[in-house]
Amino acid sequence: MTYDPATASGWVDAPARKGFFTDTSVCIGCKACEVACKEWNAVPDDGMSFLGSSYDNTGALGASTWRHVAFIEQKKPVDLGMPSTARPGADGDGRADFRWLMESDVCKHCTHAACLDVCPTGSLFRTEFGTVVVQDEICNGCGYCVPACPFGVIDRRIGEKDTPKVGVAQKCTLCYDRIGEGLEPACAKACPTKSIQFGDLDELRERAQSRVDVLHAAGVHDAKLYGESEGDGVGGMGAFFLLLDEPEVYGLPPDPVVTTKDLPAMWKKAGLAALTLLAGAVAAFAGSGS
Amino acid sequence: MAECHPVGFQWVMEAKARGAKVIHIDPRFTRTSAVADSYVPIRAGSDIAFLGGIVKYILDNDKYFKDYVVAYTNASFLVGEGFVDSEDLGGLFSGYDEEKGSYDMSSWAYDGVDEEPAGGAGHHLGSGGPSLDPSNIKRDETLQHPRTVFQVLKRHYARYTPEMVEEICGVPPELFHEVCEAVTANSGRERTTCWVYSVGWTHHSVGVQYIRGSAIIQLLLGNMGRPGGGILALRGHASIQGSTDIPTLFNILPGYLPMPKAGDPDTFDDYLDTIRTPEQKGFWAEAESYVVSLLKAWWGDAATKGNDWCFDYLPRITGDHGTYQTAIDMNDDKVEGYFLLGQNPAVGSAHGKLQRLGMSHLKWLVVRDLNMIESATFWKDGPEIATGELKTEEIGTEVFFLPAAAHTEKSGSFTQTQRMLQWHHKAVDPPGDCTSELEFFFLLGKKLKERLADSVLERDLPLQRLTWDYSVDEKGEPSAADVLREINGRHLSGDKSGQPLSAYTEMKPDGSTAGGCWIYTGVYADDVNQAARRKPGQEQDWVATEWGWAWPANRRQLYNRASADPDGKPWSERKAYLSWDADQGKWVGPDVPDFVVDKPPSYRPPKGAAGADGLAGDDPFIMQADGKGWLYAPSGLLDGPMPVHYEPHESPVRNALHPQQASPTREVYKRQDNLSNPSGDDPGSDVFPYVFTTYRLTEHHTAGGMSRWLPYLSELQPEFFCEVSPEHARERGLEHLGWATIITARSAIEARVLVTERVVPLTMGGRTIHQVGLPYHWGVGADAVVSGDSANDLFGLTLDPNVHIQESKAASCDIQPGRRPTGPALLRLVEEYRSRAGITVETGNTLKTVKP
Amino acid sequence: MDLRTTFLSWPVVRQLTGDDPLGRGRAAQSAHTAALVPRTSTADRVVDSVCPYCAVGCGQKVYVKDERVIQIEGDPSSPVSRGRLCPKGSASEQLVNSPGRATRVRYRKPFATDWQDLDLETAVDMIVERIVDTRKRTWQDIDANGHKTRRTLGIASLGGATLDNEENYLIKKLFTALGAIQVENQARI
Repeated sequence: MTYDPATASGWVDAPARKGFFTDTSVCIGCKACEVACKEWNAVPDDGMSFLGSSYDNTGALGASTWRHVAFIEQKKPVDLGMPSTARPGADGDGRADFRWLMESDVCKHCTHAACLDVCPTGSLFRTEFGTVVVQDEICNGCGYCVPACPFGVIDRRIGEKDTPKVGVAQKCTLCYDRIGEGLEPACAKACPTKSIQFGDLDELRERAQSRVDVLHAAGVHDAKLYGESEGDGVGGMGAFFLLLDEPEVYGLPPDPVVTTKDLPAMWKKAGLAALTLLAGAVAAFAGSGS
Repeated sequence: MAECHPVGFQWVMEAKARGAKVIHIDPRFTRTSAVADSYVPIRAGSDIAFLGGIVKYILDNDKYFKDYVVAYTNASFLVGEGFVDSEDLGGLFSGYDEEKGSYDMSSWAYDGVDEEPAGGAGHHLGSGGPSLDPSNIKRDETLQHPRTVFQVLKRHYARYTPEMVEEICGVPPELFHEVCEAVTANSGRERTTCWVYSVGWTHHSVGVQYIRGSAIIQLLLGNMGRPGGGILALRGHASIQGSTDIPTLFNILPGYLPMPKAGDPDTFDDYLDTIRTPEQKGFWAEAESYVVSLLKAWWGDAATKGNDWCFDYLPRITGDHGTYQTAIDMNDDKVEGYFLLGQNPAVGSAHGKLQRLGMSHLKWLVVRDLNMIESATFWKDGPEIATGELKTEEIGTEVFFLPAAAHTEKSGSFTQTQRMLQWHHKAVDPPGDCTSELEFFFLLGKKLKERLADSVLERDLPLQRLTWDYSVDEKGEPSAADVLREINGRHLSGDKSGQPLSAYTEMKPDGSTAGGCWIYTGVYADDVNQAARRKPGQEQDWVATEWGWAWPANRRQLYNRASADPDGKPWSERKAYLSWDADQGKWVGPDVPDFVVDKPPSYRPPKGAAGADGLAGDDPFIMQADGKGWLYAPSGLLDGPMPVHYEPHESPVRNALHPQQASPTREVYKRQDNLSNPSGDDPGSDVFPYVFTTYRLTEHHTAGGMSRWLPYLSELQPEFFCEVSPEHARERGLEHLGWATIITARSAIEARVLVTERVVPLTMGGRTIHQVGLPYHWGVGADAVVSGDSANDLFGLTLDPNVHIQESKAASCDIQPGRRPTGPALLRLVEEYRSRAGITVETGNTLKTVKP
Repeated sequence: MDLRTTFLSWPVVRQLTGDDPLGRGRAAQSAHTAALVPRTSTADRVVDSVCPYCAVGCGQKVYVKDERVIQIEGDPSSPVSRGRLCPKGSASEQLVNSPGRATRVRYRKPFATDWQDLDLETAVDMIVERIVDTRKRTWQDIDANGHKTRRTLGIASLGGATLDNEENYLIKKLFTALGAIQVENQARI
């Protein structure tokens, strides 16, 4: 049976696990996801820096960038039927193929999430939808989660004093507030070509596989899924991708591993500590007279 | 399309998923190219050669849709004997007047149509095309007569071979062949092909002819008026279609009625004759009703038959009064006051310097915008302050900046790119001093009427008598719905007096109806705001006629009579749309028929019938005077009956087809403040060896007034950059992420360098042509979140004669590594280039270059 | 007694008494988190609108709370856009609420080096005077050939492509009645 992180985290009658399927083969790099995310979540701008990394001036996921569109300009032979151009006059035989890949990256909402494992405050938690969410008001900014993430997704927000949630760990919530009321996450809703699809993870995985089959049948043999397998190092991702090249090309780790896979033994100690804490807390509660 | 209209592009992606082939033809590899099946790099400014090559391919290989072409186009019409093609005159058509730089079009007429229609052409006309009496046109339906339009077309494009396309456009023959194959294989009874364009086609000295080129292909392939076919103009502003329909344009009145022209004679009847002849076919024949209804809407009871419905109250035009002519006139101190209404010409119009200098000559300037745009602050932080050309203390322009209301702060309708009006409702009050244009102009009109109420001057009568009664709410804001009702029109007498008109066919020439824009009549039918309809798309069929309202008459696809064959049957089941239902005696289908609904396919007009009655049952192009789609335009276009490849006004390339280098009818301005680079093989042209073009990015909106003030958009594209190929970068020593200076005869600007494989060096005529790509969103000012040099500063003013639109998609330049000089040194750099290239006011401005 | 306020709702208690012994899921959910609702559901009203950027004409839903726009999203009912928005459309809320937006009338006297304040009413009155004045000075009853023109070439206007049809109608109507013909917009550009 499929491991359900929500059930394993104490949720009874949890709804179906929710996630993103990002199909990069139809992404047009418009960045609507980046803006819609910021609008909904009041994420501040991330600086006016010209990176010139193709059309990417965002750079990477971070505390103030929860969706990031990567642009990869690539000179390589491509499969029949995929975007390509003949470049007259270029290279040895007078032609070379070129393509422009785009991919909207996001928190993977891992089945085994190291950020959550290491969070000492309970700020990061597993929701009933199987997603991983920061509770801003609990986070103390310790930053343990930052190096724990194998994808470099989560970060503490830096900025001036008036920056909202400064010092606090921030990342995609899969729009926890929205999906709780049956709405789509903001990025998926805005996405003009439905490169970003939101839904029940099981169904998304099926849909993704049939999309891969269609692309393979069309001769796009490089099309592959990334993060859909429960057998990977993070137990499968709640946000997975259809890529047209190797993950490294998109800046994704080819074989991510949850950085806390040795933790279960450590948790026994944590449990003891918690008991001690509880004893103290009950005493305090009883003594408050309310 | 993916780049500038991402949400519209969802339908292309959906079509692609269903098997459609997507081809992207563009000087630049864009986000559209990234997901297209084929990308065709092309030299900016060479599209007519490309399109002409496709026309030749279609004709040579008998790929045209013969039944459609014979029945629905003017292919079988005979052109008069006097016509001489540009192929035989070195690139000029018959009738060229060198002194005037324009054509006498009488020799282009059909055989049997004696003279040039009274209306002339170009800006004298509305969109209905020229009036024409079709009754005597000669035809040869075998298409074999040498003077048929079909044969004229064949000869005209005979030299547009794949090799010629390669030499002019830089497109290799095999790639060109692939496009020809795809376009023709996907056209015919079972399939249709759609062409989509934007300002990449209109910003040329021959922009209208670009679109004509596409129209010829679509008519030959039978792709007009049919589902999945057509030519889609993707427009870049929320209501730029509406601002043409209800024009803030000098040459037309609402509904594409022409502005009257000063002249002798200048009577109401003369004016009507320029719009229609009583003998012509189609709905323009009723133009008098549209004009009278408009005049009744504006001047109410004051407009009577006795005073020609106040026709004399309309001011007269005397030539080009377009925005560029106006900017020139500002520089010549002919204009005192200027209103900018959500428009930023200091950045968004060609020749930014001329625009800003022009504004410095004004007595007063009113800027209404959401943000403090560069056009409002040129007097203190414009580029000319930095160069010393202007000094703030010496600029006498009085500037009023009035903040504007946003779309959420007012009710009203936008007309989107497919002619559909959609109503947006006011959500909140505007903040601070912000007001809508509706409120501002309503107030301005009221105050002006009060101010001049006692005037006895004849010139003040039109204002005094102007109808200006719109209901207002408790805050004094006028009702936009009231204005839309006036636009729709109403009955003024009879049983229905006061009721809204339901269709423009109800309009009368006797003063019994009023209506502010005849093509919009019906938008308030049944006293319901049809533009506000929002029946969910999911609850409708795919045409969704109950969402919003499309002009005319809520038709979603124009000329849809052509979706059925001459007998009224669908050309194929796969492409069925409209068809004739003999039992019901009417046209049926998912759309509103663009035809007289109960006119059978077999109907033939009696001799002498005109107007709608003059249209035969198989005349689908109901707004054309002959009911046919025009492969050849016998009149109406100032620069020729068929598109000819001319080089842009500024080009590093010699015209490979004709001795005539550039369009002989382009509008040039020989002025010291509008110098041109030498072109073709003129001396000095090697000083500006590169082609450059401009464009928009997904992340920004035109001149930036609605994007560069927003952190969320600005951070995505924070700086002005130029795109160059690796080969070009090597040739000029440009470094990725470094700076480059781009120079023309007008100015020099700096940009960050993006070296990218997406820019392709083109091989043509044995030489390599490099193109520089420039997004034009940035401007020099202090208020925006991000700023930078403006690409539009590089252009001069050269216009298409038909529409007075500037050539700003293709010109020549030099590019050098490093930042530009600042202060007066910048002017010296430009002067040095001018002198090296030997530029004078005459340079590049000789219209006729074919030698006798 | 509301359980939320008792110690029984404390994460650590839930952690040890429930199915989430590691305290990473239900037990860790804070009261604040549990009470989260999308702000769109708290809106006082939702207003139908249309995106103000390009001419695709995407449907928008404008969410208003306390007379302020709190969110703008695509309208899923639109057969044009099906609820989707591009980055510009998605930024519409920032367009209307941007702190950098100009909301006050500003006035620059001839030859002045800076702006000064002016109230709206005065500004409109001054513009009326400028129009009357310029029109008087530049009026042409006839052109050089003696043909009637009844116009002024002294007043020009540019703009309209981002405006409503009703606004453009009043602009064209008023300027035409004033005899001002150089009325233009982005469609020429």
